[in-house]
Amino acid sequence: MNIVVCIKQVPGTTKVKIDTQTNTLIRQGIKNIVNPFDTYALEEGVRIKERYGGKVRAISMGPPQAEEVLREAIALGADEAILLSDSAFAGADTLATSYTLARAIDKLERNDLIICGRQTIDGDTGQVGPELAEILGVPFVAYVSRIEEIDNGYMRVQRMVEEGHEVIELPLPTVITVVKEINIPRLPSLRGLAKSKSVTIPIWTAQELGVDKNMVGLFGSATRVIKVFFPQRVRRGEILQGELESQVESLANKLRDTKII
Amino acid sequence: MEYFLNEPQKAIKSLARRIAEEKVLPVRAELDESEEFPWTIMKDLADSDMFRVFIPEEYDGLGGGCLELCLVIEELSRVCAGIAISYAASALGSFPLLDYGTEEQKRKYLPDIASGKRLAAFALTEATAGSDASAIKTTASREKEGYVINGTKQFITNGGEAEIYLVVALTAKEKGARGASVFLVEKDMPGFSFGKKERKMGIRASSTRELIFRNCLVPEENMIGREGMGFIMTMRLLDRSRPGVGAQAVGLAQGALEAAVGYARQRIQFGHPIISFQAVQHMLANMAIEVEAARSLVYAVARTIDSRARNFTEEAAMAKVFASDVAMRVTTDAVQIFGGAGYMRDYPIEKMMRDAKIIQIYEGTNQVLRDAIAFELRKRKAMRE
Repeated sequence: MNIVVCIKQVPGTTKVKIDTQTNTLIRQGIKNIVNPFDTYALEEGVRIKERYGGKVRAISMGPPQAEEVLREAIALGADEAILLSDSAFAGADTLATSYTLARAIDKLERNDLIICGRQTIDGDTGQVGPELAEILGVPFVAYVSRIEEIDNGYMRVQRMVEEGHEVIELPLPTVITVVKEINIPRLPSLRGLAKSKSVTIPIWTAQELGVDKNMVGLFGSATRVIKVFFPQRVRRGEILQGELESQVESLANKLRDTKII
Repeated sequence: MEYFLNEPQKAIKSLARRIAEEKVLPVRAELDESEEFPWTIMKDLADSDMFRVFIPEEYDGLGGGCLELCLVIEELSRVCAGIAISYAASALGSFPLLDYGTEEQKRKYLPDIASGKRLAAFALTEATAGSDASAIKTTASREKEGYVINGTKQFITNGGEAEIYLVVALTAKEKGARGASVFLVEKDMPGFSFGKKERKMGIRASSTRELIFRNCLVPEENMIGREGMGFIMTMRLLDRSRPGVGAQAVGLAQGALEAAVGYARQRIQFGHPIISFQAVQHMLANMAIEVEAARSLVYAVARTIDSRARNFTEEAAMAKVFASDVAMRVTTDAVQIFGGAGYMRDYPIEKMMRDAKIIQIYEGTNQVLRDAIAFELRKRKAMRE
């Protein structure tokens, strides 16, 4: 099994601040971490490798410092890691990101399984997994909570749906996204840590990937973030006046108007 | 204190701490209560290469020495001394192989111990042979097909859970201690079974059990070292493992000290946190002094051993005796600082006090080890005269 795990470096906090001028996250002074959902993807990749043999490659698209999360992936059991980094990739939305990841995956020799986390904790879209499958032209299952079996070019998985689980069988190669119920990620190993310090992580640029510059980064993005803002929370109280009867009537009307009753 | 650990040692210490805090802490109270063997933690330790730390690189280990092993034991003990000893006992079980095993024996068993796939255990103590280890009665008689072991070992750490047992037995009963040899017995060998699982005061997550040998045939190639050298080998192996027991005491005492400081800061009496009272401050200060002194001694002895010193009986005994006495005092004082709450099982501190007691007893009681230290003192003086 050749397994690719897509991971993203995200700010390690839930208290993100937004630069209102550029509509981007303020990343200064915030420690970056592996997107928590991706740690389950990586763990599952390593477990599949331990069970069926093969190789786990971690890939990430991001600025040069995203190398840190790839080193962490090595410490946690990935065999190799590749960073996709180029100023041309900057400002990518999910579509441009998926396109770039797909080109990199195409460049690797035979891949049987591509695993992503269900979503990131910064963008929260959950779109990269399905878009990646679409671009690669392979089947896709989201919210996988258990891998039952992999055999003879097929895999059977359980996916979480609102009221229970679906069991799906699908041919390889395939893309799946996983939920946190799938496993408990391990801690790093000492051998992995030693390897993660010494390993060279190749950086693939737009040129090396041979991508169309109009398909990556800001130019390749189908969406633009126009504004990012915290929703205004306005609390207004109103004190009803007058006779008790009319107060009750007007309260009932207000509740009806606001569709509470 | 700066102990000048190198990068790999720092990595070992910090990863062991993470395992202790993220994996051991959530289950320690439950395992203490249920007396259940911590298999899931052993798996976590194996996955993180902790069993590789004390095994040479040529047998799939990381080539660490006594100090590296001490760092792991210390960090695990800071959270749970019972889980730490289950790990440490596998290291002790591997020492006879490491120091006296043939190349073939090492190749056969060490990689599995390194990967954590199989746990090891060392079996010396018997009902009639505690401090007087030479009084063992288990025999191994030479037969055509190998050695036949008969007898019962008592209080064996990792008993029933380990798969590889290093057993001391008499090959020449009439010679007493000079007739002892060490055998490697695998769990599934016919004639080998397990007896009573002990119910203990402390380190309750660890397994302590009887090993029963009834005409257990062990192949000749399973003898470790030379016939008749078993007792001397055992004494040397225990010298080597004692700093690890000291490290267990240091970690345990450190955990108790941290808990006591934490509690003293938040416990309000007479309108103030009790840490503002001098009586409490001085207790905490004494605890801190003792813990640091014990750590310094344990690390220094571990480094002495790693520098390939020849005889370190005295130093190893000092590290074990001093650190375990410190652990007993510090955990007792920690319970005192917690007051009534500390006596209750809802808080982790009474467990630490229960866990501390055994460290003054096993791997040589502190009394018998003081004898050994005094013996060296007398010997040295006599040699100068």
